Amino acid sequence: MSKHRLHYTKTGRGVYIAHLDLMRTFQRAFSRAGVALRHSEGFNPHPLLTFALPLSVGVASVTELLDFEALYEPLPEDMEKRLNAALPDGVRVLRVYDSERKFSEIKWVSVSARLEYDGGLPEGHLERLGSLFSRESLVVPKRTKKGTADFDIAPCLGAFTILSRSDCQLTFEARLSAQNPTLSPGLLLEALEIYEPDLKPDFAAFTRLEFLDEELNTFR
Amino acid sequence: MDRKLERILQKVQKPARYVGGEYGQTIKDIDQVRTRVALCFPDIYEIGMSNIGLRILYHTANQMPGVWCERVFMPWEDMEEAMRREGIPLYALESGDPVHMFDVIAFSLGYEMAYTTVLAMLDLAGVPIRASERKSLTPLVIAGGTCAYNPEPLADFIDLFIVGEGEEVNGELIEALTKARDEGLSKEEFLRRAAQIPGVYVPSLYAVSYKEDGAIEAVTPREGAPLPVVKRIVQDFDAAPFPTETIIPTMEIVHDRTALELFRGCVRGCRFCQAGFVYRPIRSRSKETLVRQAQKALEYSGYEELTLASLSTSDYRELTPLCDDLLEYCTPRKISLSLPSLRADNFSVELMEKIQAVRKTGLTFAPEAGSQRLRDVINKNVTEEDLLETCKIAFEGGWSAVKLYFMLGLPTETDEDVLAIADLAEKVLRIWKQHASNKKRGVRITVSTSCFVPKPFTPFQWAAQVPMEEYRRRVELLRSAIRSRAITYNWHDPETSFIEAVLSRGDRRLCAVLEHVQKNGGRLEAWEGYFDIKRWEAAFRDCGVDPAFYALRERGEEEVFPWEVTSVGVPRSFFRREWEKAFKGAVTPDCRENCSGCGAVALLKGGRRCDE
Repeated sequence: MSKHRLHYTKTGRGVYIAHLDLMRTFQRAFSRAGVALRHSEGFNPHPLLTFALPLSVGVASVTELLDFEALYEPLPEDMEKRLNAALPDGVRVLRVYDSERKFSEIKWVSVSARLEYDGGLPEGHLERLGSLFSRESLVVPKRTKKGTADFDIAPCLGAFTILSRSDCQLTFEARLSAQNPTLSPGLLLEALEIYEPDLKPDFAAFTRLEFLDEELNTFR
Repeated sequence: MDRKLERILQKVQKPARYVGGEYGQTIKDIDQVRTRVALCFPDIYEIGMSNIGLRILYHTANQMPGVWCERVFMPWEDMEEAMRREGIPLYALESGDPVHMFDVIAFSLGYEMAYTTVLAMLDLAGVPIRASERKSLTPLVIAGGTCAYNPEPLADFIDLFIVGEGEEVNGELIEALTKARDEGLSKEEFLRRAAQIPGVYVPSLYAVSYKEDGAIEAVTPREGAPLPVVKRIVQDFDAAPFPTETIIPTMEIVHDRTALELFRGCVRGCRFCQAGFVYRPIRSRSKETLVRQAQKALEYSGYEELTLASLSTSDYRELTPLCDDLLEYCTPRKISLSLPSLRADNFSVELMEKIQAVRKTGLTFAPEAGSQRLRDVINKNVTEEDLLETCKIAFEGGWSAVKLYFMLGLPTETDEDVLAIADLAEKVLRIWKQHASNKKRGVRITVSTSCFVPKPFTPFQWAAQVPMEEYRRRVELLRSAIRSRAITYNWHDPETSFIEAVLSRGDRRLCAVLEHVQKNGGRLEAWEGYFDIKRWEAAFRDCGVDPAFYALRERGEEEVFPWEVTSVGVPRSFFRREWEKAFKGAVTPDCRENCSGCGAVALLKGGRRCDE
């Protein structure tokens, strides 16, 4: 089998690249790097690239995974270097390796959230955030194809840890359900708005840190 | 990244338009940079990045040591609003630095409806829009492109225009500016000097007087400025710079592929077509050069599509061997080749089969007029027989979609000519019924009409545009004559065409109108929902300008035209001769069949000849 996995980061200007555009960007980057990709069969062949989990525009990530199939083996020795020379700002390949693990094993993602409060951190924010995110049930409206549905995010929310604090900024880490169902970090802000309106920040930025499996081990 | 910018980028649509960082952008060490150029395209990112001209100019400017050229586009409404709210001035994508701190702010003008966007971009940059209000030497606001052949409607805003092909003049101009700055020249002193560079038009050095009937009485240059300013052209097109290492956007743009420029100019003399005259004389690249450029550009970019761009691609002499060589490279790499702007008259079966081998797309033809009589008037030398024969081959080869483009309101057009469009579409449908290899897929025939806009430096520069109501009547006439459900009819609204007609043959009295429209929110007017004729009507009223004077009036033979401050190398007498032939329905053969003596060859130096 000629299936390989890429571990890359998407930060800085790279966070604004949308999912489909990233697909095309990688497709071209492989071509520039001189690595021909295997294409699907059929009427409209497309290169075989599989992303672990889509990442929303505006969200950064230090762990992104992408599987690809090369047409010719072995891969060049300096694969990482070649790809990095071929990618735009903000997308960096850390490692190319082989893995047998399936993306469906990913159960959790850990994310960090940076909340900015222009008027200073709200009073009692630590306790209030802590108790909000440890409720038994936390229902927020979620937009679906058929309109809006109630979504209880409490079961999808794992450990919650404050990482740092300053006068106007607070950073925490949280573990979110990765798939079935997916808890997108934006819903945490919705929960704040509904249940603790004055904890809603003036600005929030998220970074995906790590994929975890069922046993909370790192998935790569 | 700026904190304010980071916040607004989370809220706007398609933020990738606003951050730069694409593969292939040019970043320079600011300590080594002496002159900074903000290359501005008066439309959004996806349109501007699709423009080959912009890529050529970006590349040639950045080849200059000490010069850093960056890109600037007009933000979409949501971003513009957020930038204004947060006090973020228009900035360049590469460095993120505000445009007002650049030495040169250069606009590429491809379409009259972008004029208000030029003003909006200056305004968003925090730069006074009127040239007279910008006292210092820098930022110097310059403009070039196809619309610069009639620079007059923007005369009050732009410090100087580049007339002709920018890759020739820009370098000289940037050097002159850098030198002037080192010498401590004032803006006026520099502009006087710049006016001596061939191909540079400095509007403030020309006085225009008007007659009582509103026509121009005289244009008087001062300080030794030339009249007319003759366009500059690339002399050796085969050796002309063509960027093979270009910026590859991460987001999808309109023309997201590698484009080869086969030649400049066109051998056809379609009488309505401005490009066909202003890009003369015809100059082409050799097949070998093109194949080399294609390979390099595709290798560098990783693009999966290659297209051949030129005014009339099928007039390239070695088109079939060129396609053979290109396909040899493309096919094994799964790169598709597309050929736009093919003519119905010399579209070969062989060529079509070749393209088909990679991907089958719809066919597009532009007969422009429905009847042979009117096609003779406009000198569009396509016969019905050619068109139907080509369609027959296409349908036999499995094509099932044909688009046909026409103009309504061409000089001498009658109702009979309009109805002939419906007839022609019906005939195409009949050909499909007789010859389609696969009838199960059905057929789609699309007829599109636009309202004819007379343009400067064409034989129809004297012509009147038909009034909007009349265009609408002809649309209705055609619509009711098209009966088959396999034929779809689309028509463009005449309102933008009317404003386009005003601007394209406008003079300096329109500057006040443009400013008025921009101040009342006009920008990005080529986009649906952004154009508002009421805003224009209010501006015409408040400025005391009659738009009909510009759009709907046939000019007298001797009338001095505003655009005659420039010259495209083809004299007025040639256009007049063609104008007269048009009304006799007399055709002029293409340049290869018989040179019509348009005079553009005189632009070539050192005994070079056209089309070599």
